[in-house]
Amino acid sequence: MLKYIGRRLVELVPVLIGVSILVFFGMHLIPGDVAQLLLGDKGTAADLARLRHQLGLDRPVYVQYVRFLAGAAIGDFGISLRTRQSALWEIGQAMPITIQLSLAALLFAVVVGLSVGIFAARHPRSLADSTAMVTVLIGVSMPVFWTGILLLLVFGGILGWLPLGGLIDEGMRWRRITGMPVVDGVLTGNWTVARSALAHLVLPAVALGATSMAGIARMSRSTMLEVLGVDYVRTARAKGVVEQRVINHHALRNALLPVVTLIGLELGLLLSGAVLTETIFALPGLGRLAITSVLARDYPVVEGVVLIAAAIFVLANLLVDVLYAYLDPRIRYT
Amino acid sequence: MTVVGAVSQPEAPRRRLAALSWQRLVRSPNLLIGSSVLFLVVVSAVFARQIAPYDPIDQQFTAQLQAPSPAHPFGTDEFGRDVLSRCIYGTRVALAVGVLADGIALGLGVIFGIVSGYVGGRVDGAIMRFMDVMLAFPYLLLAMIVVAILGPSLTNAMIAIGIVYMPRFARLVRGAVLAIREEEFVEAARATGTGVVRILARHVLPNIMSPIIVMATLTVGFSIVETAGLSFLGLGASPPTPEWGSMLATGRSYMLTAPWIATFPGVAILVTVIGFNMVGDGLRDLLDPRLRGHGF
Repeated sequence: MLKYIGRRLVELVPVLIGVSILVFFGMHLIPGDVAQLLLGDKGTAADLARLRHQLGLDRPVYVQYVRFLAGAAIGDFGISLRTRQSALWEIGQAMPITIQLSLAALLFAVVVGLSVGIFAARHPRSLADSTAMVTVLIGVSMPVFWTGILLLLVFGGILGWLPLGGLIDEGMRWRRITGMPVVDGVLTGNWTVARSALAHLVLPAVALGATSMAGIARMSRSTMLEVLGVDYVRTARAKGVVEQRVINHHALRNALLPVVTLIGLELGLLLSGAVLTETIFALPGLGRLAITSVLARDYPVVEGVVLIAAAIFVLANLLVDVLYAYLDPRIRYT
Repeated sequence: MTVVGAVSQPEAPRRRLAALSWQRLVRSPNLLIGSSVLFLVVVSAVFARQIAPYDPIDQQFTAQLQAPSPAHPFGTDEFGRDVLSRCIYGTRVALAVGVLADGIALGLGVIFGIVSGYVGGRVDGAIMRFMDVMLAFPYLLLAMIVVAILGPSLTNAMIAIGIVYMPRFARLVRGAVLAIREEEFVEAARATGTGVVRILARHVLPNIMSPIIVMATLTVGFSIVETAGLSFLGLGASPPTPEWGSMLATGRSYMLTAPWIATFPGVAILVTVIGFNMVGDGLRDLLDPRLRGHGF
């Protein structure tokens, strides 16, 4: 298994190099002069030349790429052209917020999706099954930005149960340990912060996780239906095993394999969803940083965000493959 | 009697096939409901001028932010434009965007997938590694970069979404081609000296159409959503184009005071995407029963 994981980690390198080429040259293809953009109308030609030299933009593009790649290999993506802070620092500030949001969304998607899927499979062709599947179809088809707006309107605006966006209540401060306010609030025993951050997290997590939830519910229903009809489940029932045990011990584990694949894919796709969700809920996460940076042509930050997101995507898929072997002992990697 | 029988004989299989297709359509609620929804969407797009009660870009400053009423069933926006008319005209943009973005993804994906699967070897390796790179790239950021390179517009957003979805088609087609490449009828065509292009066009492609049709149908809905997402971020349609994503973006600012501005374009997106998803699911059940019930 370790040998397999090692080989997969080595295979990750060419994919990340490919992504680095795509993002680097993609960003450099965007029309307009970055130095001119930074200086505005104020700078003279000499200022422009100086800035271009400082940023390394006067060098051939392949030299710029090699320098970027060498830096990226040790986590140095350069200086943000927008804020003049280290790009890695900028990413480090935003990333915990997106991780917290993505994990909460994934938790919602897996818990609700699996519950709905299993429930529907246990009562096939019933009214409950049909209702669940219609809800799931709506969930799959709803754009994340509209889901977010509707949740804000209903639970934030009309009912007033939850806050209308942001990370925590205005004016509230918290001691940064992980950068995730819910976790930091718990770790420091500051329950006011933890409660406020959790209240702010619910709606964006549901909005971001709704599509994944629907996909997981569909997939788990269909795989559970298949597994519940096979011989060993029938045998277990014939032996008088309690239904709950049949579901949990005999069916679920085998039905989980395709669902785990889907969860892995969804984990990788959450960042793209986070771009829209963070925009709607005014969350200063990686998605919002990415869109601001693309629009400002802040390519060190964009390159950093894309490379980190790509690495997470590939690692999530590796994790899925490793989980396969755990869930199904017949699967052996060499 | 004989004459009638002789005339009707060649028609019989065609009629039986039509009857079978109709029976299947009726028996598949997904396909039936989805097709009906899409029919209404297409009718709205084609007859937008006749159906819409107002000009979608006509500004009436005396009728700003009016709540739904008999005069304006979906209310009016901040410029006094009729939201219903804008939603109806929006079907034109959405269908054009969905179908064209899907067409780009399909066209490029089929070419890459067929070449990769049929030629194999290093060409296959190179194409598939490129697809891996594109799949690892966060898709919305890739679309945003493509739009930033080409310039923000609806056409460029469409191209960007087409490029983003292309690797999924390429992988699907490659898999299907690999499965069919060694079939006897393909080998027979090769043995008789048939050219590669002809083998691909006449023997391979027709036999892998089912999964392609299913995926293409499902992807139209997703393309509509993603393009609306780009417009929502200000990278797609520009004002005053009646496009659902940009209508939602504008409506967001008036969510608490005039929720109808963002609600109805959202419903329009939802209904259209549900239509495509149901037709896609129905086609999958019809064309590939092994995958029945599996999510996209």
